[in-house]
Amino acid sequence: MERWVYPTTGLRAEDLEQGRVCLVRTPMRGEYAWDAGVAVGRFLAELKAGRLIGRRCRACGRVMVPPRMFCEQCFRPTDEWVPLADTGTVITLSVCTISWDMRRLEVPEVPAVIAIDGASPGMGIMHKLGEIGRTLEEILDRVRIGMRVQAVWKPAGEREGAITDILYFRPLEQ
Amino acid sequence: MAGRRVAIVGAGMTKFVRRALETGQELAWEAASKALESCEMTLDQIDAVVLGSAPDAFDGVHMKVEYLSPGAGAWGKPTIRGYVGGGTGVFAAIQGWYHIASGMFDTVLVVCEEKMSSCHPHPQAAFNYIFDHTLERPLGPNLLWIFALEMNAYMTKYGLTKRDIAMVAVKNKRNAADHPAALLGDPNITVEDILQSEVLAWPVQRLDVSPVTDGAVAIVMAAEHVARRVTNKPVWVEGVGWSLDTQYWTNRDLSYPTYVEEAARKAYAMAGIKEPRKEIHIVEPYDPFDYKELHHLEGLLLADRGKAAELIALGIANRDGDMPVTPSGGLLGVGNPIAAAGLMKVAEIFWQLRGEAGKRQVPGQPRRGLAQAWGDLMQVGTVIILGI
Repeated sequence: MERWVYPTTGLRAEDLEQGRVCLVRTPMRGEYAWDAGVAVGRFLAELKAGRLIGRRCRACGRVMVPPRMFCEQCFRPTDEWVPLADTGTVITLSVCTISWDMRRLEVPEVPAVIAIDGASPGMGIMHKLGEIGRTLEEILDRVRIGMRVQAVWKPAGEREGAITDILYFRPLEQ
Repeated sequence: MAGRRVAIVGAGMTKFVRRALETGQELAWEAASKALESCEMTLDQIDAVVLGSAPDAFDGVHMKVEYLSPGAGAWGKPTIRGYVGGGTGVFAAIQGWYHIASGMFDTVLVVCEEKMSSCHPHPQAAFNYIFDHTLERPLGPNLLWIFALEMNAYMTKYGLTKRDIAMVAVKNKRNAADHPAALLGDPNITVEDILQSEVLAWPVQRLDVSPVTDGAVAIVMAAEHVARRVTNKPVWVEGVGWSLDTQYWTNRDLSYPTYVEEAARKAYAMAGIKEPRKEIHIVEPYDPFDYKELHHLEGLLLADRGKAAELIALGIANRDGDMPVTPSGGLLGVGNPIAAAGLMKVAEIFWQLRGEAGKRQVPGQPRRGLAQAWGDLMQVGTVIILGI
C-alpha cells in the first residue's frame, strides 16, 4: 500500500516562523446574541432568583435538567415545572491545567457533571467545583466522584440570569 | 444484506502531517488521485462523489465541502457531504455504500479531508463551539473537558488505572511505526513515557491524546458487476450501522457508549454475525484518546464492560494476537485529521483483508474486519464491516 500514499509536504514551525512559505492571515469575528428559548429562558430567570428548576414528563416520569419543553424520549410536551435543590452529587470531574489554547493555568479548573437533587437519577449539568485547593495534587486529594456538593451563588444583586450566577459548587460538609 | 452488493475496490491517502503545505483542495486531490490510480480507474468512470469533512470552523470556510469539491473530483457530479463530527470518516463510507446499494449509482468516490492547522493559535478554538452557547460556553470550557470527564467516569466505574489505559497508546504508536503515512509512530515508546507526559486535563495527559493533523483519505466503491471487472480482490461491505445519542450529554451514563452498541448491533444483524468476538478478525475502533479504544471495544460488544483493557494487557489486541485491534496505529499513532482519520481506518481494513498492509500485515489471512468512528458531542457511533 506504500504506493498509494502521496508524498505530502509537511511543514515545520520554523518554515512558518522564518517565512519560507507564504501565509495569509485573515481573522474572522462573529458576534451572536442567542435567545435562551422557552425552557432555558425560564431556567435562567430562576437562576437569577437563586433557584434551580427542572421539568417533568408525566409519561416517562423523568424530571429533567437542563429543562426542556418537550421530552425527547416520549416525544411529547413536558408537563410541569419542578423546583430542585441547589445540592447534588458529582457524577464525574476533571482537573484541567490548561486553557483552550494550551497555555498553563496558574490554578487548575475543575469541571464536573453534577446530578442535581430533586431531578431524576443521572440528570446532571456541567459546572465547576471550587474551595478544593489550588494545585493539581491538592485538588486530586480533595475531590472524588460521588462527593456531595452545593452551589455557591453570586450575591443576589449581581446575578444576571446566566449559568455563571452559580460561581461554582463546593463540597458539602459530610 | 439490504440492496445490491457493494465493494471497495481502491484506496489512497496523503501522508498525515502536523501542518501541510497543501491546501485542503490539494490534499483531497492527492488522496483521490491515489485511490483512483490504485484501481486503475479514471474520474470519468465515477458516477457520484461523497465528500466528508468535519467542522467548517477549522478552515474558516463556510460550505467547506463545496470549496473542497474540485480536488475531490466532484465537478459535474452528484455530490453529497458526510458530516457527523469525528464519526464522519466511517459515515462517508456508509453513504458511499447506500448510494450504490440503492441502485442509484454504480461507482462512488469517497473522499475525506481535514486540515486542522489553519485555525490559529490552536484548532481547539473551533471545538469550543460544540458546547451549548447558553448553559456551557459561559463557563469557559475546552474540548479536553468532555474527554477527561468521560475518561474519569469510565476509569472510576471499573476501577481501571492510568497504566491500564496507557497501554493502548503504546500499542498504537508502536503499530504506527510501520505505517508509511504516520505522524507519530514510535517503535520504542513505553508506558512510562505516557504516564510521565504533561497533565492536560486530569486524567488526560498529553500522550493519551491524538495529535492535531492535516491529511486526506479516499476510497473507490463499486457495485458488484463493476467491482468484479475492476479487481480480482474486491472487499465487500457486509454490514453498516449508525446511531445518535441524546444531545443532553450531562444526562447520559458517560461510562458506556450506548450509541456505539446500537450502531454495532445494526451492522452485525446486516452482516449475519451472531458471535462478533469469533467472527470479527480485525478491529479498527476509533482512538482519538487511548481510553476511547477500550470504551469502543466494549460498545462493539467485543469485550465485556470494563474488561477491554485485558485484551491489551494480554496481547490479544496485538497485531499477532487473536483479535488485532488498530493494526494501523490509529489516530494516536498515524494521526487524527478528523474525517480522514475515520476513513483511514476503513482503508486499513481494506488493505489488511487484501493482504497488502506490508509491514503491518496481520498474520493468518483475516477474512473480516470492522472499522468504527465516533463523534459529534460524544454521541454518534458509525460502524462498517468489511469482508472478502
